[in-house]
Amino acid sequence: MLSRVAQNMFWLGRYIERAEATARMISMGQRMAMLPGTHGQSEWTSLIQATGAEPPDGRVVTEADIVAQLILDQANPSAIQACLAMARENGRAVRSALTQEMWECLNEDWRYLESMDTQSARRQLVHILEWVRNRAAMFRGAVETAMLRTEGYYFLRLGGSIERADMTLRLLNVKYFLLLPETEVVGGGRDHHQWMSMLHAVSGLRAYHHHYGGDYAPWNITDFLLLDQTFPRSVAFSYSQIDACLEELEKNYGGAHNCQRTARRELDQLSHLDINAIFENGLHEFIDQQIITTARISKEVSDAYHF
Amino acid sequence: MHSLVQEENSKRLGVPFYEMEDKDGIRAPYRRIADWITETGTELLGRRRDEAEAIFRKIGITFAVYGEGGDPERLIPFDLIPRAFAADEWSLLDCGIRQRARALNAFLYDIYHRGEIIKAGIMPGGLVYRNSAFLPEMVGFSPPGRVYSHIVGIDIVRTGPGSFQVLEDNCRTPSGVSYMLENREIMARMFPDIFSGGPVQPVDQYPDELLRSLKEVAPASCTDEPTVVLLTPGSLNSAYYEHSFLADLMGIELVEPQDLFVEDANVWMRTTRGPQKVDVIYRRIDDDYIDPLTFRPDSMLGVAGLFDSYRAGNVNICSAPGAGVADDKAIYIFVPEMIRFYLGEEPVLENIQTYQCGRKNDLKYVLDNLHELVVKEVHGSGGYGMLIGPKSTKAEIAEYRKRIVADPADFIAQPTLDLSTVPTLHDGDIAGRHVDFRPFCLVGKSIRLVPGGLTRVALREGSLVVNSSQGGGVKDTWVLRE
Repeated sequence: MLSRVAQNMFWLGRYIERAEATARMISMGQRMAMLPGTHGQSEWTSLIQATGAEPPDGRVVTEADIVAQLILDQANPSAIQACLAMARENGRAVRSALTQEMWECLNEDWRYLESMDTQSARRQLVHILEWVRNRAAMFRGAVETAMLRTEGYYFLRLGGSIERADMTLRLLNVKYFLLLPETEVVGGGRDHHQWMSMLHAVSGLRAYHHHYGGDYAPWNITDFLLLDQTFPRSVAFSYSQIDACLEELEKNYGGAHNCQRTARRELDQLSHLDINAIFENGLHEFIDQQIITTARISKEVSDAYHF
Repeated sequence: MHSLVQEENSKRLGVPFYEMEDKDGIRAPYRRIADWITETGTELLGRRRDEAEAIFRKIGITFAVYGEGGDPERLIPFDLIPRAFAADEWSLLDCGIRQRARALNAFLYDIYHRGEIIKAGIMPGGLVYRNSAFLPEMVGFSPPGRVYSHIVGIDIVRTGPGSFQVLEDNCRTPSGVSYMLENREIMARMFPDIFSGGPVQPVDQYPDELLRSLKEVAPASCTDEPTVVLLTPGSLNSAYYEHSFLADLMGIELVEPQDLFVEDANVWMRTTRGPQKVDVIYRRIDDDYIDPLTFRPDSMLGVAGLFDSYRAGNVNICSAPGAGVADDKAIYIFVPEMIRFYLGEEPVLENIQTYQCGRKNDLKYVLDNLHELVVKEVHGSGGYGMLIGPKSTKAEIAEYRKRIVADPADFIAQPTLDLSTVPTLHDGDIAGRHVDFRPFCLVGKSIRLVPGGLTRVALREGSLVVNSSQGGGVKDTWVLRE
């Protein structure tokens, strides 16, 4: 396979996942901002921070800012429109490596967001976010049901899994950046609501119930999102996917690469860690470290497969 | 419904040749089509056409026009009503097309070697050697099989039942073959019934035959199964859909210049397993952009050192660099002579009478008769920058005249032809529209020609311009069995 094709598949996987995860993150922000008494400000600010961008100086971040910056911006690689356009561009560059349905999924309505300004996008925000999630789901369906299980598939899945690990980590970081108003206490009503919004965003509320009953303790929710081995959007689960994809690729190509060693080590660590220890040593520090490691694996993959 | 067709035709009797009907009624090759139109009715056909367009867009069969605003990926309008050739009509075309492809390749070999045709006084040397498409770097080099143009697209128009004329030759990288294949595919999918009994010769063997032709011209040094790739400038190119479509159907890699590199005078592509050697490059990029070391140092495209590897006989480039001389409009005039000179045959297909403004007498005639001529720039393409005398205002003609006088050698002129028309859906009705035809002749060790090609149709009433960039559409083209 051409290295460029592998690279395109890998990034196609990443951009689709990123578009969806960003939509989920915005849903979460919306939910948090709905609580009476907030003015939305710090929720929206923390969202921008979590994507790795700088919030605007000296002024309040509004929902309109989020729509402009994280949905409609064509130049911001975290914005949904840019992600979908880049996913399509990556797909178009390797069309013959995609199935017909995958391509149709990328191609249909791809200019849907282009005609919108911030005003009209805000009016249909819920609809847009749902539309993005549906796109991603349809694409994934097309991949799973029709794509040959050869290297292209594993590069695509690998990209998606790496992005998912990264985005779940960033989602957890939103909570870190989120300052509770001085009148609120940790573990109070607002705090509780924010943690629950996080579960909502990853469609994990019911799954969480299943594991922990009705106990919304922050460490349990964090445990669920970071370390759970069965929840598909948890970091540990994403890492098990990364590891599985890399293993398939190594079977195909022979030889061991750094990316596989790093991923395996990480997976091993995640399955032995105790959430209390993570909290004691600082959750935010742990998450930031994980984000760096995830980026390193991405880099090591491109080294190993010459792209 | 049937009467509509006849009424339409009666309006046209005497004027351009209407391929579906003549004074005796429906012509034989169109019988099935005429019945089908009657049975289906134009209203339903209109609806089905919209369906077809939706399919085209969904699949993404578009050509890209970036930087002009609007939708960057446009659809070429597809007209549902096929254009048909009878078996005997095709056998004439087939013969003429192959003949022309042979002569053009013989010509290219000649001008890059001894230049016999010039020595014989048949063609002025300046026309060849001062041509911007002539590459001095190619002199004395013989590509595998002495083939320069591996895919020859010959644009043909029709003016009467038995008269076909060549409008121009395309010896570099003619595009449009994906439409030939997709148009048939869509028709067969939407209207399987009209193909029942197999009256229409298939075209879907084209990719297979193309690959075979390309493998046949692998360099002599290649002893294993040759690795063939298709080189595209990338996804922003207007014909990118076609590039990926063909690569896919041939099962070969679609590479961009950055996927290739040259080392030890061999060409390699970067793969996930490391470098892999490449033997034959079907390139869909222009000469200028092949190799920045040899041609354009400012080119961002291109593979540094590719040309050296080519000259060393380690890789073949199809079409050969410098093959474009043969399809220049000034050279076109001499193709009938080439056929006589190299093949010792009489041309099966005629040229269109062409005046060279560089010649004094021709220039005088052209300037005196601008209102009834079509004038083209010698190096222009795509229907841009031409004057269609009968359709132009006095002011436009006066303006164009100035351009010709300023640089006569840059222009040729041809009489406006009564191009044939074929039935076309228009506003819920059937109307005659002008068409041309581009078959794709493959040249490897042997010559192959799929029975069919691309019919382009000028969708505006009376218009003679069929180029997709100028509002032309496409049709499925049938070659019928005996």
